[in-house]
Amino acid sequence: MGHSPRNARNHAVSGSENPERPQMEADIVCVGFGPASGGFLTTLARGILNPDGSTAIESGVAPGMPLQVMCYERADDLGFGVSGVVTRARGIRESFPELDSAEIPMAAPVASEKILYLLDPVGASRRPALMRLADVAIRALGPVLRVKDDAMELPWTPDFLEKHGGLVLSMGQFTQWVAQQVMGTGAAQIWPGSPVGEAIIEDDGVAGIRLVDQGVAKDGKPSDGFMPGMEVRAPLTVVADGPVGPIGQQLDRAFGIPEGHHTHDWALGMKFVVDLPETCDLEPGTVLHTLGYPEPEIFGFFYVHPNRVASMGIFVPSWFDSPARTAYRYLQHWMLHPAIWRQVKGGHLRSWGAKTLQESGRRGEPRLAGNGFARIGEGSGSTNVLTNSGVDEAWTTGVILAEGVLELLKNKQPFTAENLESAYVARRRGSWVDKDGRIAERGRDGFQRGIIPGMIGMMLAGLTKGLVAMPGKPMPPHQRVKTLEEYYRGRIAPDEIRAIRKESDAKGISAHAALMERAGWPQIPFDGELLVSHQDALLIGGKVQAPAGYADHVEFLYPSDCGTCDSKICIEMCSGQAIYPGENGLPAFDREKCVHCGACLWNCASANPDDPERGRINFHAGAGGLHSAEN
Amino acid sequence: MPEYQIVVCGSIVPDPLQTLEPISGPAGPALKNEMMLPAWLDPWAGHALFEAANLASKNPGSKVWLVALGPKAKLQQVMMTLAQKVPFELVALDGPAGGFTDASETAAALAEAIQAIPGLDRSRMLVFGGWESASRGTGTTMQIVGEILGITDQFQGVDEIKIEASGALRILERIEGGRHQVSLCDAPPALLGWATGNLPEPRNNPQVGMANMRTIMPALQKAKPTKVGADGLTFSSVAVPKQARDTKIVKDLPADQIAAEIVEWITNK
Repeated sequence: MGHSPRNARNHAVSGSENPERPQMEADIVCVGFGPASGGFLTTLARGILNPDGSTAIESGVAPGMPLQVMCYERADDLGFGVSGVVTRARGIRESFPELDSAEIPMAAPVASEKILYLLDPVGASRRPALMRLADVAIRALGPVLRVKDDAMELPWTPDFLEKHGGLVLSMGQFTQWVAQQVMGTGAAQIWPGSPVGEAIIEDDGVAGIRLVDQGVAKDGKPSDGFMPGMEVRAPLTVVADGPVGPIGQQLDRAFGIPEGHHTHDWALGMKFVVDLPETCDLEPGTVLHTLGYPEPEIFGFFYVHPNRVASMGIFVPSWFDSPARTAYRYLQHWMLHPAIWRQVKGGHLRSWGAKTLQESGRRGEPRLAGNGFARIGEGSGSTNVLTNSGVDEAWTTGVILAEGVLELLKNKQPFTAENLESAYVARRRGSWVDKDGRIAERGRDGFQRGIIPGMIGMMLAGLTKGLVAMPGKPMPPHQRVKTLEEYYRGRIAPDEIRAIRKESDAKGISAHAALMERAGWPQIPFDGELLVSHQDALLIGGKVQAPAGYADHVEFLYPSDCGTCDSKICIEMCSGQAIYPGENGLPAFDREKCVHCGACLWNCASANPDDPERGRINFHAGAGGLHSAEN
Repeated sequence: MPEYQIVVCGSIVPDPLQTLEPISGPAGPALKNEMMLPAWLDPWAGHALFEAANLASKNPGSKVWLVALGPKAKLQQVMMTLAQKVPFELVALDGPAGGFTDASETAAALAEAIQAIPGLDRSRMLVFGGWESASRGTGTTMQIVGEILGITDQFQGVDEIKIEASGALRILERIEGGRHQVSLCDAPPALLGWATGNLPEPRNNPQVGMANMRTIMPALQKAKPTKVGADGLTFSSVAVPKQARDTKIVKDLPADQIAAEIVEWITNK
């Protein structure tokens, strides 16, 4: 059967062939405001202004004025849609040597760290035989191993995972705090609610950006109040739009990525921020990592903030082969595990959110710089997949770029590929981010072969500083994701799967709840406080909203072919139930529910006929999403 | 053509859908985690600001100020979005913006700030604000601002202003029964407390944002610390309306069917 590709929407000309666009000039334009651009702008601001606030480096586009630095953030406000973390804060503390965590809401110094191995209290978890045997032994030796609430605390946390001396942070609150510091200097303007649709690529380089069109219909065509997105031309474009950022994707397509690099490894993180009950005895700064449950491949985290608040959630990795891997349902089962529920029962949901993470780390590194552009942050492959750390690394890449940019500005050198290579990339190669990233490169390969080889491989890589690792070949989703029939073989008959799918399609909902319950997972006993429906999590927790007048940012490139997809993993895994079975069971998109996690971009299990490294979904820049700054 | 000087009073409130929980703080009632909740310009004041900008754009030479009383850090945050909407000059007052301040104290601070705006000409001045406030339901703040400023032509619940050929202001105020009262006001000064008006929220315009920033950051830097509170008031109790949540999200449902479902839901509760 031939493909019937729908014309991919080109945001540069969405709506009309060549709308007359307003133009503006800046010296530096930055795409996205997260930890990487926080580090970049913090460092840059200190260099372009003198201590008394006067201009140290004059603008090239507005003579007599200070350097014109613009940063455009997609989300409706700064700090929306990012996530809570524990970080060693090495780079962050270097930027703020006198940092008092009390200045940042929800921040706490790390006080203690534990790893809990969670046994399966419901009997539905798909554990390999060796793990089941181990579980029997652990239960039998319960009193000796101090097993409590179906959980065993590991006696030791490997050095490479430890975050002692670090911080528990709400990234929303941290980035808002950073933004206040930066804008307070007057050295940069950070504009939320301003999705960048496209980089302006000219003469083998980047000449600036175009903001998305406003006043358009779902398909991007002009509608009431059409306003073409403005062009902001600048000698340097700093791309910090994260792992699913459209500008990063565009540059990858335009300039390619280094030979042998890929982004096949990724994970979806989903979390709750909760008010803990009075009965919870965990101190601020407590860090719990969990493994083993609800599925062996799913890891959990629990970080305690000041004032009896915690961030808690799970990571669902790309190498978990379930095509029905709904993070929300698994998050609820994880929360209901006796070792977790004991701490949170009686608590209250404050916030909820989800984001995907690029987990190929340094092997997912794109071209870091070219004529007129440089890339920083998670989308630049900075995440360390061995130490499970990304924020500090992202921050530091921004600092490194700013140091290089200041050097070029002071020397009046242009932002050519060659100059950025020596001023930025060479600096980055000599940094701890790059050194630690190399150690981590093969650290997770073992997970491609299963959870046990994966854990062994991680320990080997961590303890030998990357010299030894378990082999494994990360694969793109279309080679990795199984069909529902394959995944549930021996548990649910193919006829029954088809019936469940048909019923779910008729209701316009995903099939995962019915499939999981049929596979033995109990129903969730909703209590209206912590155990709430997925839709209530969007409304009570994420406060998800979408302003009118923007195009759909999720685009199915070959919609007619989606009917032949066995897994429909885009529907099953959608964090906000924004992708759902529409007409004839084909995936449809509801922008008003999207939290912009980007899982659909990563997980499409059908190879794009034009580029098998990609799926058949385009993930454009879009406004809206989470309206919580506590995540 | 008249050149108006339009002063809009407006502050910030928590973004819609946020969970609000009253608590007792050292200075009286407060909202839990209010400084962490995302904020936005009070929607009533937002209508006033967008109407002011619309009126100014139709009357070249006119100018719009926004006088905002709120915590400086939150004001700065909100301004980064609001500044992209319409042109205005900010007058910032650094103080509390919650709903637990005495309207007269807030009004006094706003009136003082308005009187301090250099070059303000009463014969061209229109004072706009929200008829109500999403955080303060007394609906009296703007009236008191007008009284302090000595503006006797006051209109509340305004949905429309048009300029007659004579220069008179033709103003539509909401009255009971879903109707409007039409008033003619000969000339400024006048005070208009806006209801919803008729304008959609303007698109984000980066050029407008850039132009506004020239005055916004300096205004924030010199924001005057302003003490407003509720001295002498006693709050006997504070509570948010009781909620019963039963979420259902549907699209394009006919209004009759929505109404029927709500009636059925209420009946069964």
